[in-house]
Amino acid sequence: MLTYIIRRILYAVPIVIGVNVLTAVLFFYVNTPDDMARKTLGEKNVTPAAIENWKRDHGYNLPTFLNAKETGVSTVTQTIFFQKSVPLLWFDFGRSDRNNIDIGGEIKKRMWASLAVSIPMFLIGILIDLTFAMILAYYRGTYLDIWGVVLAVIMMSVSTLFYIIGGQFVLGKVLKMFPVSGYDTGLYSVKFVILPVIIGIIGGIGVGVRFYRTVFLEEINKDYIRTARAKGLSEARVLFKHALKNAMIPVLTNVVVSIPFLFYGSLIMETFFAIPGLGNFTIDAIQSQDFAIVRSMVYLGSILYIIGLILTDISYTLVDPRVRFE
Amino acid sequence: MPVILATDLIVYFLVAMIVYFIIGAGKEGTVKTAWSELRKNRLAMVSMVFLAVYVMTAVMDCVRWRDPVLMTSGEASRSTDGGVIYSPQALSLLDRAASKMRLNAEKTYSAPFSDHLFTKEPVELPDGRVVRDYPKLKFPGTHWLGTDKVGNDVFFIALKGVRTGIVIGAGTTIIIIPFAIFFGVVAGFHGGFIDDIVQYVYTTLSSIPGVLLIVAFMLLFGNSGYQGGLLSQKEVFLRIFVPNDRLFWLCLILGITSWTDLCRLIRGETLKLRELEYVQASKAFGVSSPGIIYRHIVPNLMHLVLITFVLQFSGLVLAEAVLSYIGIGVGPEMGSWGNMINTARLELSREPVVWWNLFGSFLFMFALVLPANIFGDAVRDALDPRLRYR
Repeated sequence: MLTYIIRRILYAVPIVIGVNVLTAVLFFYVNTPDDMARKTLGEKNVTPAAIENWKRDHGYNLPTFLNAKETGVSTVTQTIFFQKSVPLLWFDFGRSDRNNIDIGGEIKKRMWASLAVSIPMFLIGILIDLTFAMILAYYRGTYLDIWGVVLAVIMMSVSTLFYIIGGQFVLGKVLKMFPVSGYDTGLYSVKFVILPVIIGIIGGIGVGVRFYRTVFLEEINKDYIRTARAKGLSEARVLFKHALKNAMIPVLTNVVVSIPFLFYGSLIMETFFAIPGLGNFTIDAIQSQDFAIVRSMVYLGSILYIIGLILTDISYTLVDPRVRFE
Repeated sequence: MPVILATDLIVYFLVAMIVYFIIGAGKEGTVKTAWSELRKNRLAMVSMVFLAVYVMTAVMDCVRWRDPVLMTSGEASRSTDGGVIYSPQALSLLDRAASKMRLNAEKTYSAPFSDHLFTKEPVELPDGRVVRDYPKLKFPGTHWLGTDKVGNDVFFIALKGVRTGIVIGAGTTIIIIPFAIFFGVVAGFHGGFIDDIVQYVYTTLSSIPGVLLIVAFMLLFGNSGYQGGLLSQKEVFLRIFVPNDRLFWLCLILGITSWTDLCRLIRGETLKLRELEYVQASKAFGVSSPGIIYRHIVPNLMHLVLITFVLQFSGLVLAEAVLSYIGIGVGPEMGSWGNMINTARLELSREPVVWWNLFGSFLFMFALVLPANIFGDAVRDALDPRLRYR
């Protein structure tokens, strides 16, 4: 088992390096430091001297990938790629371009706000989706099932933006049940968190229920279920004991991969509800064109996804004895 | 003087594709069996009508030309070398057909079908007194979805969003299909080193969360290009074809992130097809690899491509709205439902509420995405034999 995990992690190494190089090419080669300086300084203040100054202050005054002026190891290390991108491998995010804040520290600080919203949204959401999906699967073929699916399709045809705006308007402004947006420290944040959690769950129900229902139905058509029925087991027992256990395998792939992403929160949710999490951080950086932050967040997001994939594979081996460790 | 944007080509191609399938439905083959299956599904047929209306609107909005600048005498004005001077505004067929809606602007907000403005203003009564009241509209009752802040007809704005929606939904997949097929088939068919490389590339690309990759690309490339409205000096100089179209960039970038799924699917299917008897037989007869791929592999992948195309459509339309909200979608001059939602958001906090901008974008988006979802499911069921014979 341990060797399997180690090997799985080793498989991820080239992909992590690939992501690192890709972000470096995107942010340093396609969009040169000169471009960055020009965008940050604004159209009015652009002089060659100002660009040089900006580049020197922010450590972009080196060649991108190879430094011909240096000798030995320094030809590789004295470059933007090595100074700015390689440290990402050990999660040294450096400082932002605009306000010179420590990105790593900011991520650690803001992570908790993201988690406060995303964890309840994730757990309660899955529970609700699975429950509804099981009810529909239990009553498959009846009007309840048909109309349930229709409702799910209708719900997934509405943009998240409408759920957020509508939810804020109805629950927050008209019914005054929750504050429309904002955040607080500690337990005081609970009242701010409830509304985004509710809206997030409602927004995800359509896709979730439909997916899990398909998973259950696929399982129900298998031979061992027929055997269980032939043995004379009740439908509820067949469904909740036998089918549910096996249906958990495809459910796991869908669920585990998104667990690391909980740190990241949701880009749109957090801006709408003014939650000072990582999603909000990213959007702010996008709007102020702070490339150091955007680059760090792109990289962080990829790493979280890769971790999610590794966790998925490991959980597979734990749940499904047919998957062997080789 | 006609003007063709890069994204117009996508819509023309979409129309060509639809025509191809209509012709294909007449002949024997996969398309015909799928079509006969699809025809039994009443809901899918209704959805198809909705989609057809949307596509037709988009096509109308993709046929555009510039009018000559007229002098007061009614003659076209000419430059010194005798060439006719054309206006920098390229109006589409839709603009011209709905010119009443486009031009009948009011002063500011007005509710749907209303005959007065939304805000009170000093109004002069016939007897000369001035009172604060709702002024009469210039075109009462003609604005089906009301007017926005600067008095433009909301229905028309929403109508202009149709093209953007269709282009994003269809164009993104159309752009990536050739790449996905090429890399997927090559990787699946040849295996070995090439397979490893292709797999590595798409795993790396798909590791970067889609939204972030799009944001990164858009920040880097997306600030230039034609964004609707008047053509710039440079674009006027290009005369007919305007290649640098911001919407096209958006499609391309969305395509880069959604390319990996289709490629993975195609690679897997090719691996399966490669081992089938008829492929083995043609190999034994000495048919070259490109020959086998062209004649036996690719035709058997087309159902996957079609399914992906229809299933991705609705997600992409929804994604556009979100991107426009973040501020990295299409430009403000180009009609888009995302932009409408963005402005409508602040209008909800007015008192009394200005709801029709949000309602308009909701209505137009919902009436496209819901049929697209239903139709997509129906096409998948019709084309996927595993589901058909269950």
